[in-house]
Formats: sequence, structure tokens, C-alpha cells
Amino acid sequence: MTGTDALEPARPKNAARAGRRVRGTATLVVGCVLAGAIALLALVSLFWLPFPADDTSGGRLTGPGEGHLLGTDKLGRDLFTQVMTGSRIAVEAGLGSVLIAAVIGVTLGVLAAFAQGWLDDTLSAFLDILIAFPTLLLAMLIVAARSATLGSAVLAIGLAQSAVVARLARILVKRVLAQDYITAARTSGTSWPRTVLGHVLPNIWPTLVVNLALQFGLAVLAEAGLSYLGLGAPPPNASWGRMLQEAQATFTTAPAGALAPGILLVLLVIGVNLIADGLRDTLDPATRRRRT
Amino acid sequence: MTPVLELKDVALRHRGSAANTVEDVSLAVEAGHSLALVGESGAGKTTLLRLLLGLSRPTAGAVRFDGAELSPGDRAQMRRFRRSVQCVFQDPYSSLDPRRRVAAVVAEPLRSLGIDTRAGAAPKVAAALERVGLPADAADRYPHEFSGGQRQRIAIARATVCGPRVLLADEPVSALDVTTRVKVVDLLAELQREQGLTLVMVSHDLSVVASLCERTAVLERGRIVEQGDTAQVLGEPAHPYTRRLIESVPRLPV
Amino acid sequence: MTLLDVRGLTVRTGDGRTLVDDLSFSVASGERLGLIGESGSGKSLTTLAVLGLLPDGMSATGSVELAGTQIVGAREKQLTAVRGRDAAVVFQEPLTALDPLMRVGRQVAEPLGRRTGLKGAALREAVGEALAQVRLPEPERIARAYPHEISGGQRQRVALALALACAPRLLIADEPTTALDVSVQAEMLDLIDALVREREMAVLFVSHDLAVVARVTDRALVLKDGRAVEEGTVHDLVRAPRAPYTRDLVASARTLESALDLRSPR
Repeated sequence: MTGTDALEPARPKNAARAGRRVRGTATLVVGCVLAGAIALLALVSLFWLPFPADDTSGGRLTGPGEGHLLGTDKLGRDLFTQVMTGSRIAVEAGLGSVLIAAVIGVTLGVLAAFAQGWLDDTLSAFLDILIAFPTLLLAMLIVAARSATLGSAVLAIGLAQSAVVARLARILVKRVLAQDYITAARTSGTSWPRTVLGHVLPNIWPTLVVNLALQFGLAVLAEAGLSYLGLGAPPPNASWGRMLQEAQATFTTAPAGALAPGILLVLLVIGVNLIADGLRDTLDPATRRRRT
Repeated sequence: MTPVLELKDVALRHRGSAANTVEDVSLAVEAGHSLALVGESGAGKTTLLRLLLGLSRPTAGAVRFDGAELSPGDRAQMRRFRRSVQCVFQDPYSSLDPRRRVAAVVAEPLRSLGIDTRAGAAPKVAAALERVGLPADAADRYPHEFSGGQRQRIAIARATVCGPRVLLADEPVSALDVTTRVKVVDLLAELQREQGLTLVMVSHDLSVVASLCERTAVLERGRIVEQGDTAQVLGEPAHPYTRRLIESVPRLPV
Repeated sequence: MTLLDVRGLTVRTGDGRTLVDDLSFSVASGERLGLIGESGSGKSLTTLAVLGLLPDGMSATGSVELAGTQIVGAREKQLTAVRGRDAAVVFQEPLTALDPLMRVGRQVAEPLGRRTGLKGAALREAVGEALAQVRLPEPERIARAYPHEISGGQRQRVALALALACAPRLLIADEPTTALDVSVQAEMLDLIDALVREREMAVLFVSHDLAVVARVTDRALVLKDGRAVEEGTVHDLVRAPRAPYTRDLVASARTLESALDLRSPR
């Protein structure tokens, strides 16, 4: 309460924060390079591919080289072409899921934080059930109701993640609402909508953005898992998950078919996780430099 | 003369609680005067402060502003009320939004009450910061760059920027070091004197109460046990609880 | 006999900033010393260093000898032996010092049983006595309660009972009354004073409040920015402060107090 060492002065913390900020920037750069390279691959695939997706002229399971950078699969399709398409699907899956999770999750979370009594309880119970509900089962239900497309997979992943995001958002908003500066805003005549936009969101978004970056990595993995099981984008769209599944039988004789999507998957997930870590350290307001 | 702020036979019972948190409380502050609400934890100080700030409504009795009952539905009255009654909080670490520059923090009442545009607010913000003894370049910085005492000055600048008539202060110096405490008490006394501010202070610190307030109400378990001139209440306490409070204050050896 | 001897204690952070700078003081058996300072003075870090409890990333140099054991650079095993037996501590916030999921009686029983070897009904009785000693009303009821079920003042009494259960030779009290109401604070200070007197225990009392320190200790050390600026009897410090900072501190306290005197002509 009264003048403890923890309260003052602000300086000692800043030095540690500055150190964290430098490390954060380095992590951020490495993460951006990794994830950026794959995003670039995905972008290029929209305009140009080495071979058409259904071109089977290359001969079966040729090794890397000779016109096919990574070789071909068991049907004679170019692996590098598939990997490029796969990267596009991975990025789309990540972005799509995170977008759904962010919009639904943050809205639900803010509502739950403001709700009181039974409404808060109901919303929280609903979120808990949604979190406990297996993504796989949700995906199967959605695929059954619609069809096995990338959209179905993304919807399933996004919905499952929105519950996680909502619960996080609810806690973050509640914590901010308990601060005196919110009461100060009210006694200053600031309306609730303006308080949410001006005080609540700015104070929760750094944590939220970091979490969404992590969710992006998880969504990419989940999409790979679903399409491995045949619940993702249908052929001829080569997603990494399906490439892994198709290369499984011939892994010992032609490992390139599994290694290429596998390695890229790992690199993309590590990349976005590094971005998340970097953001965590650089978004701290106390490290932002003064305007000079 | 009509009091600026008045509680008349006020009681408040929190949802799910068996007993009233505060009960049968009547007090009034007249313009330009000062009142202290004294009590220990659980006495209902914070509840009374929230009632006086129009943040909660009494279960019984009335909160009056300029003689009229405060009704949250009356937007014109609430606007006048917010403009006239501002607040300084106990913890200067929690009361300033860490993601806003000091200029935006201090300008908030002006902007939210629609008194000024961003550009129009700037000179008033500068004046308010100067009044509380902060350098002009403070406006461009973030709260974390300031010490506890300086942060409390920023909070006081925010509370006085729109020229309110009443300042409510919730333990305004109890989170500060003793040396800083004296300076902030001096600042509040100066604002009282020069701006003619009405001060309502909630505190458990009797020496701060004695330094700043003309009248004192002593609260024990949600009820006012003694009320009157500070000199009277602290000098010749009538109630045993008040006496015990005074005797408990640790004194320096003579 | 010197119980605690601190020589040239310096505490630094990982990035080389000095938070406690070349601090020396000593406490003899049964003696009481106050550490006075405001935020950032390093007073709390000093108490942590004395117990070998510095947070990660901070390192101490110099010498801290507690009942003959060198604390600086000591291994965790040696430190565990020293804590409790030679020195016990009461912190500012009793809620964080008590285990929220354990009944109060069991928390007190643990160190008490370890020291006395009592078991069963005898131990239960000893716990009741320990709680009664810190003047808790209805010790049996308190013993069965969880920390959140009792008031802040009662929790701090439990924390004190916990510290005393080990019968330490040195009691370290770090702002033990700061989080309490004034009237509770006064009782708590009297209690510490009485119990320490009975047991002839030494006390290291840390506070930002001169008047509070004066209630318990006779000698005090004034800290500012990690350095000792003045040492002497509380009486001398208050009546004739030499260092400019001490003068400032005393003047501030006096200013606030004088307001009270003007209003209460006694």
C-alpha cells in the first residue's frame, strides 16, 4: 500500500525492458524471415506454378533434380508445385481461422466481460463447452453439413479457436475494467462505447495479438491434420496434410514427398511462434520510445 | 445556501449481501467548503464515494446535486454533474491509462464532455499541468515515465482541467512516500484556496484530514458515528471510536 | 554478542545497476534496529539479502553473517537451516505469506511440530497457545479457518505466530503494519513490542514511517537510494537529524503531525 519498493521508481524496470525489447526485435526478424519466405511462396503460387497441378508427365517418384526441383509423387505430379499450392492453402487456413476466431472471440469476450450475473455464467459455460468440444468432431459435423472443402475446415478450426480467444478476451477485459482509469473515464463523462474503444481495446490488444499469432500456428497445424484425414481441401488442391498422407506409404523409398511439406510446416509454425514471442516483447508500452 | 452535494438518509445494500453496506447516512458539503469521510477498512468509505460520484445508486434515500436529486437517466443533469464533480483516486499506478500520453490522459474530461476539440484542449492541458507543478514537456510522455507523486499530480491535473467545482479525493496521498505526501497535500490546499474548490476527501489518515478539511464525518461499519468541525471532532472526540482512532495514530517521539 | 553482521553489502541487478550500495550494520542479540527509507531505498532488498532470498537476476556481494553463518554465496541447504531457526520474517502483505489452501492451524503446526517434536493432541494444544499468544480471539476457531476467512489484522497476527513458532533469535519485520488500519496497526506494534521483549529476541524492523519505527526500536538506520545516510538512536534522529535527507523526512512527518496537533489541543 504505502510506498513500497515495488511502486517506485519506474526506472529500474525500464532497463530490463529495453533488453527484452532488443531480444524481441531479433526474434521478430527471424520469425518474419521464416514465415515471410513461405508467405512469398504462397503469393507466387497464385500467379505462377512450375507445372500445372494436374500435370502427370514427370514419371512416378523421380528423385529431386532434372526439371523437377523436388522430384515427383507416385502419380507423377511435380512435388514443388504441390508444395507451393500447399503453402497457399496453409496461409489461407491460418489467416481464415484467425480472422474468424478474432471477430467472434473478441466480440463474445467483451460481451461476457460486461455481462453480469446469469448472462456471464451462461456465456462462460458455453465457452467452456466449446473449448472441451473436439475440433475433429466439430470439423466432421461441418463437413457432413456442408462438404469437404478448405472453407469447412477453416470454419471448424476458427470456431474452435474463437472459444479460446473469447475466454482470453473476457479475462483481459475484466482485468482492465477493474482499473481505476476506467472509473476515471466514467467520472470524466466518457461513454461506454468510447471507453471500450479508447481504453479497453488498446490495453488488451497486445496480449490478444500475440495470442492470435500463436493461434495462427495452431490453425495451420490443425488444417494439416484435418486434410491428412481427408477433411480438408479436396483434390486436386494439394495441401501439406494430404501430401503427407499420400507420401506415407512410400516414405522409405521416396522421402522427399513427406519431408518437403513436413519441413515447411515446421518452419511456418516456428516462424509465426517467433513472431508471437517477438511481439510480446516489443509491444510493451513502457518500451516504446518517447517522441523526440 | 443549497449544498453542492448532499446525501440524505442514504442506505445501500449490495446485491447478494444480507445487510446494508452503508445505512442512514446524511451529509452535505457547501460550495467552497471541505469535508472528510474518515474510517477504517470496511467502514463504507468507498461505497459513499461511489454514491457521491453517481457511480452507484442508493437503495434508500437520495443523492442530491445542487439541490436536485441525481438521476442517471437525465443526460443534461449528468453532463453538468460530471463537469462539476471530478475525482482523484488512491492508486496513481492504476488510475492512469498506461497506453495514453499524459496529454490525452489530462484532456479526457474536456474531450468526453464535449467541451473542447483536441486542438482546443491543448492550452488548457498545458495550464493544468503547470498548475500542478509539472514541466510542460510532461504532456508528450507516458505515465510510466513518472514517479508515484508525479503521477498523482497528473491525476489532479486531469481532475481539475475542466474547471470543476467539487473535487472528490479517495485516499489521495496514502500510496505516496511521506516526503511526497506533504507536497501533494500542499498542492491540494493550494487548489482549494486559489480555485475555490470544494473538497470531499475519503481517508483513514487523520493528519491529512486535519491538514485539508474543515469538517469531518467519522464512519464506523456503514454508519456515521460523529460529524462536525474537524477541530471539534479530532480535538474533543465525542465517540469512543473516534477517540480510539486518534489515539492509534503513531507519533514521533518529542 | 553480534547476531547479525552486515559488512559492505551490495546488491546488483543482472544488468549491473546497484540497488544496495556498500551497506554495513550489525544487530546484537536482543537488540532492535530499524531500517527507515522510502520507495526505492533498498530496504526491502536488504532484508531479502539477509535471508538469502534475493529474487532471480539479483546478486549480493559483501558479507552477511547471521548467527555465525555466512549468507552471501551460501548454498540453499545451509540457508534453509538458518531461516526459521536463526531468523524469521513477517512481510507487509499477510495474504501472500500464508498458504490460501491450508487451514491456519495446520500452517502454524508445521514449524511448531518440527521444532518441538510434539504430535497429535499436544501439538494441537501448542498451536492454540501460539495463536493465543498473538492475542487472537477464539484461537480454536481461527485455527480451523482458512486465511481468507479472517480479517487482515488477524492474518498478520497469524503470520507473526508463524514466525515466532520457530523461536528465532532474530525477527525481521518488513512493513508489517503498512497494509493494516491505524487502530489495528497500533495493537500490532504493541504486540510485537511485548512478545519480542518476553523472548529477548532481536528485531530488524523495516518501515517507511519514522513514527512507526519509533514505537518498536531504539536505534535506526536511514536509507536512501541504497545507501545508509545516517545511523543513530531514533531519539537523536528525530530531534537532531544530521543528514539533509533525514531532516527532510523528519520535517515532512512533523508537518503532517502538526496539523493534527493544531486541531486537537491536548
